[in-house]
Amino acid sequence: MDSLPFVLPFAELEVGQHLYWQIGNLRIHGQVFMTSWLLIGALLALVVTGTKKMERDPKGVQNLLEFLWDYIRDLARTQIGEKVYRDWMPFIGTLFLFIFVSNWGGALVPWRLIKLPSGELGAPTADINTTVALALLVSLSYFYAGLSNKGLRYFEYYVHPTPIMLPFKIVEDFTKPLSLSFRLFGNILADELVVAVLVFLVPLVLPVPVMFLGLFTSAIQALIFATLAAYYIGEAVEEHH
Amino acid sequence: MTSLLLFGASEGGLFDFDATLPLMAIQVVVLTFILNALFFKPVGRVVEEREDYVSTSRAEAKKKLAEVEKLELDLRNQLKAARLDAQKVINEAEQDSEKLYKEALSLATSEANASREEARREIDSQRENALNQLKKEADNLGDLIIERLLAAK
Repeated sequence: MDSLPFVLPFAELEVGQHLYWQIGNLRIHGQVFMTSWLLIGALLALVVTGTKKMERDPKGVQNLLEFLWDYIRDLARTQIGEKVYRDWMPFIGTLFLFIFVSNWGGALVPWRLIKLPSGELGAPTADINTTVALALLVSLSYFYAGLSNKGLRYFEYYVHPTPIMLPFKIVEDFTKPLSLSFRLFGNILADELVVAVLVFLVPLVLPVPVMFLGLFTSAIQALIFATLAAYYIGEAVEEHH
Repeated sequence: MTSLLLFGASEGGLFDFDATLPLMAIQVVVLTFILNALFFKPVGRVVEEREDYVSTSRAEAKKKLAEVEKLELDLRNQLKAARLDAQKVINEAEQDSEKLYKEALSLATSEANASREEARREIDSQRENALNQLKKEADNLGDLIIERLLAAK
């Protein structure tokens, strides 16, 4: 296999190699945390500068933050509904912002310039651990949202409208996090791979449109993840009559 | 080699689950609380305050507009009433002046008639006098002529 030429780019990409950090007897992927801390730091810096001196007539960064806030509120309100969207807006918004800065940070920052002993820096969302963690948080939240809003009546949802739906609804509880995590992971990883392969094969011009496409996909994926999370929560708190 | 890396053997791989997963979940939950405190609450407060401000200003403006419209209507009604009053005064004055004119006209006409009548009567009486006098003189002359004729005979 090593003699085949197309193996080379993949070998160069170091797919699936990680920088391991040992904490006690736990092993974590260091590169994921390094990039996520940098990106979260940038996000928090933006938020802090924008909210430092807020006025009724918004100026500068406050405009951007208010636009984001409005966007997230509309997303949460349309998916979750007028009644409880306020409780879930921070969670949906954090998912959106975190995934968005992760995706765009992974695509825009030239991480490759920083050499690591093993693995390479990239979008935190290109690591399956991150996306599964996010997806499981969504699962937990919609269960919590349903149970806290409707108590045990939440489980009526499983036999709604007919008990025939029960197995499908149960399967859905597993497919929801699975599809959420793999959709995000696959899209971001595939984008990074395509760009890397193209850069390896044709270093000039050709990767640029693909990079723009990658930015577009990244934004769309963040929106899809947040919208679906909000939709699942909305589905769980919805009252059937 | 590639497939080994992709499908995660003992070390590494794309689907290499470890403590990154729970730690990332905790990190995102913590980030949710931080962003809630730093971003969602303060920005939401500012936006909602502005929305309140805008809606109250709108309501106030609407109230003021209604007031203005009421005042305008009032004013218009007053104007209409004033115009009607003025019309009435003008009409009255016109009628008065016409009455006065008619009275003066009738008075003048009757006076003129009376003086004409008097003049005619005077003329008539004078004519009668003159006729009587003429008749008397003619009688006298006749008598005189008769006397002279008789005397000459």
